[in-house]
Formats: sequence, structure tokens, C-alpha cells
Amino acid sequence: MSNLIVFPLLIPFLAAIILLFIRKSVTAERILSIIAGIATILVSGWLVIDVYNQGVISYAVGGWDPPFGIALVADPLSALLVLFASIVVFVCVLFSIKGIDEVRVKFYFYPLVQFLLLGVIGAFLTGDIFNLFVFFEVLLMASYGLITLGGSRAQLQESIKYVLINVISSAFFIAAVAYLYAVVGTLNIAHLSERVAEIGQPGIVTVIAFLFLIVFGMKAAIFPLYFWLPGSYSAPPPVITALFAGLLTKVGIYAIMRIFTIIFHHQPQITHMVLEILAILTMVVGVIGAVAYNDMQKVVVYNVVAGVGFIIFGISSFNEAGLFGAGFYLLHDMLIKAALFLLIGAIMIVTQTSSMKNASGLIKQYPLLGWSFLIAALSLAGIPPFSGFFGKLYLFQGGIEAGQYISVIIMIFVSLLLLYSVMRIFFNVVLGEENHASQNEKANIKGLLYPSMILLFLSFVMGFGAEFFVPHLTNAAEVLLNPEIYIEAVLKE
Amino acid sequence: MHPNDVILQTVTKVLAFIIVIFSFYVFLAGHHNPGGGFIGALTTACAFLLVSVSFDIETVKKMIPVDFKTIMAVGLLIAVISGVLPFFFGENFLWQTFDYFDLPLLGNTELATALVFDIGVYLVVIAVVLAVIFTIGEEQ
Repeated sequence: MSNLIVFPLLIPFLAAIILLFIRKSVTAERILSIIAGIATILVSGWLVIDVYNQGVISYAVGGWDPPFGIALVADPLSALLVLFASIVVFVCVLFSIKGIDEVRVKFYFYPLVQFLLLGVIGAFLTGDIFNLFVFFEVLLMASYGLITLGGSRAQLQESIKYVLINVISSAFFIAAVAYLYAVVGTLNIAHLSERVAEIGQPGIVTVIAFLFLIVFGMKAAIFPLYFWLPGSYSAPPPVITALFAGLLTKVGIYAIMRIFTIIFHHQPQITHMVLEILAILTMVVGVIGAVAYNDMQKVVVYNVVAGVGFIIFGISSFNEAGLFGAGFYLLHDMLIKAALFLLIGAIMIVTQTSSMKNASGLIKQYPLLGWSFLIAALSLAGIPPFSGFFGKLYLFQGGIEAGQYISVIIMIFVSLLLLYSVMRIFFNVVLGEENHASQNEKANIKGLLYPSMILLFLSFVMGFGAEFFVPHLTNAAEVLLNPEIYIEAVLKE
Repeated sequence: MHPNDVILQTVTKVLAFIIVIFSFYVFLAGHHNPGGGFIGALTTACAFLLVSVSFDIETVKKMIPVDFKTIMAVGLLIAVISGVLPFFFGENFLWQTFDYFDLPLLGNTELATALVFDIGVYLVVIAVVLAVIFTIGEEQ
């Protein structure tokens, strides 16, 4: 069916609209969100299989062939990202049944989540740089709504920073698109790639590439532009931060991956060297934050920053192993960061504090929660049976093949310290003397645990069944390394 | 508030109609001349705002008895449906077509399916503008 690629966009959109009509009934909203979630997962799973069988799929919206119309393009990487994004959203919807108060639900929580998913999937699937901007705005608008939803003091304070930063970076995005359009005269990504190759990426195009790096770096939180993230990711309730950590920075990373492999790949000695330096600095800053804080939420938030560094490093290696590792780590990171935020959310409901100093000994009353957290921590650090391992292994291999020895050594140390940062939560809060807020009457966290268990199970499957993902991600790396495949699929010459 | 706003209210009664008719004109002219759903909706919203300034918000709410958020959702739905309908004709998402029809009164008229999408845009923009302004206005 040729219209398949539109359905991952249509389902969340239609679901969001219908949710606006039935906002009076919380139960109906939940049932519809779950149905829409399952439908999105099935459709995007089908898309992944289709892309695997047919190669890159291009779809002309409105019947106007690219480069004149807008193209939707599904290559192996974006199809997988769409699937994982819909899984993360589905799991967060499950968590929200118990994990979010009715007041927030009544004020459009579920429609906003569906609009967020629409924006994220659109950004993954579009083949047009201005359309990418539009989908960025769709997901940002939804995230503005979600970050302020509830209107607590901390949320409002952080949302001002968040909105300000994103408005500025969107203005830069528009400026960058305008410059690029002035130089090459097209907006379709495949056609852009062709035209930039024709003129051989002169100085001005490299400058525009850096402008795009600033824009997407602000969304993805790479080193000098990450400062907004720790505050705004610790203000809203855990479900919302899990959604943000699982989806938002990943869209920025995907955009960096896309444009630096397909459009601006002619001067790697400049652009990819800068990417490498920024990646290393991002990791170092992330790990310093993760080790420094005694606040559980802050530790995980800085782990998000460090994770961004790892993936950008894979892009900077710019060889098959590096891009394969970046793709694998990106997918793993979506699952595991969402799982960690959901687990921290459950822990905070039990302890009623986010400081690790004031609570300990959860394991006696909540063994399942404790062991799930351990698995999540080990998976995050990249211990072999879990999914973090293969991503990092290929990232290291890519780095060594590209001769980035010092960076690889720094990465190994950073990984160790990240393991230390999450194990510190495990040893302080989960193990130890029993001392926490719900010590006497057991807090009810039944409905809060199984969503993160689903994510951990998937991460486990990704680690044990890595062979299943390898052919798919090898295809993804191949498309990223050979833009001709992408261009040929879109422009069909 | 305004003890003597007879002139304002009388002028509004006449002017609001002219503005609405002009906004319909702008809305329908969009295919061949400057205009379209967005500017048409803003102009219509202006007429309602004028009424709300010279009378009060309650009057406007009586004129539009439906919740603005529902209108917004209906507008979005119309826009999406206009994009999905081509699937049934074996065409791509958001495909558009047009044809000429002999309508009573209007004669030979060009009707484009893009108009359906524009009606969606029109409804969403009116609803958003009025919802934003009235929400801010009510909090005082």
C-alpha cells in the first residue's frame, strides 16, 4: 500500500483531534490514547518491514513530485526511529493512567501528547528542510503546553527559559534555511544534497552548516548550548520529562545526523572535527553534572546530556561502524532514558523527595522497583547482555577506525563515571537502612512499574537479539554514508 | 463602563455586517486573488471583537453558542478529512482538484477541493483568535 507512510502521521493527528472532542471523559480519553498508541506502533512496525524489503521509500504529498512538492521519506533509520518514538509515547500513556493527576488530564494532557508524537514522527519522516522546521514547531508547541501544564511555580519559571531558548533557536533555523535557499535555491533535502555537491560546498555553505549545527545543537543540548536542559527537564512531572528525554533531544540529534551525512559532508575535516570536539565536551559536561548532584532527577538529566555526546561522536567518526553505533545507541537511548525517568518518578512517589540523602532501603518493600532500577542502570552504562553495550562497542570501533584515539579513551572514562553516577542512586536509595517517607504504609505503585518494565524488556531484547537489528541498522548506516541511495529514491532519475 | 455609547453600538451594528461580508469575499477570493482562509478568518474575528468591545463578551457568546475549542477541533477535522479523501480515489495525501460547475445564480463557477481545506483553516483561526482574546479578557 503506497499510502502507508502517511499513517504514522495521520493516526496521532486524528487521535489528537478526537481527544479534543471527548475531553470531558477521562476514561474515554485514556482508552482512545491507548488504542491510538497501539495503532501507531503497528503501522510504524509495518513501515519498518516495508523499508527493509524495498529500501528507501519516498512519497510525494499531494501528488507533486519532489523537488517541487513536499516529500515524505522513510529510510531504515527514520523508520526505526518512528517505531521507537511511538513505543515510548505508548508506554508513557500507560504510565500516565496512574502517574498524572486528573486536573492535568482535564487540561488537554492527552491531546498534547498526541500532537507531540505527530511533530516527532513528522520530523523523522519529512524530506524537506522547511517542512522539518514546521514539524519542529509542532512538537515544540506541544512541549510548551506540556512543560507548563499544571502551572506550578517551578514549571512556570523553567518554561520561560525553555520557550525563550526555543524561540531564539527557531529564528536561527529560519535564518539558516533562508541563507541556504539563497545559495542553492531549493528546499528538498535530496535536491539540496545534489546542488551542494555540484558547487562542492564552498566556504559560505560550511558557514550555513555551522548555523544549522547551532540550531539543532540547541534542540539536542550539545556542549555550549545545553544550559537550558537541566532546569526544564526537572520541573514537570515524571511522565512529561520521560517523554521529553525519550523524544525531544533525539529529534535534534536525528536532524544533525541527517544534514551532516546527506547535505554537508564535503568538508569533513572542518565540520566533523568540530562535531568531535563538541561531542567530547558534551560528554564531559554531562558526566560532571551526573557525578556532582545528590538529586536523583538531576543525575538522570545530566545522563541525557552525556548520551547526546556519545551519539554525536558516532556521527563525527563518519564511517560505517561509527554511524551504525550512533543509530543503535540513539534507539537504545530513547528506551532507556524514558525508562529511567519513569523509574525515578516511581521512586519519588515512594520517597516523596528527589534527594538521595533523605531516603534509603527501598529494596525491602519494593524489590521489583529496586531490581528494575539496577537493570536500567546497567543497561545505561553498557554492560554486555543489555542494549547499551553494542551501541558503545560500535562507537568505540568507529572512533578507533577514524583514528580518534584520545576521544575513545575519554569515552571509556565517561562511561565508567556514568555507571558510578547511577549506581550511586542504587546504593544510596535502593539499598541500605530502611528510611523513607512511605516506610510504614506502603505506597501504591502497582500501575507505575509495568510501563518501565516494558521498556526494560525491549532494551533487553535489543541487547540479546542485537542480530535482529544488525541488518536493519547496517542498511541505515549505508544510506547515511551513501547519499546517492537517498537522492535516487527521492528524485527518481 | 460607557454610559453613552449609543453611537458606537449603532455604528457597530452596521459595520459588523460589512466586515463579515468583506471577510467572506476575501476568503472566497483566495484562489485567484490575494486572500484566503487565514486573512478571511482574522477579518471575521475582527467583526466579533468589535461587537465584544461595543457590547460585551456575553453578546458574542450568545452569537456563537458553541465552545471555541470545539470549533477548533472541527476545523482541524475538516482539514484532515480533505487530505484523507483522495485516498479513496487512489491519489496521494492532500491531493487537490478543481472543476467548473453551472450553479444557480452564480453561473459557471470554478470549484476547487482546496476550498474544503481552507474552510478548516478558517474555522481554526477564528476559534483560536477568539479563544485567546476572550480567555485573557475574562480573567480581569
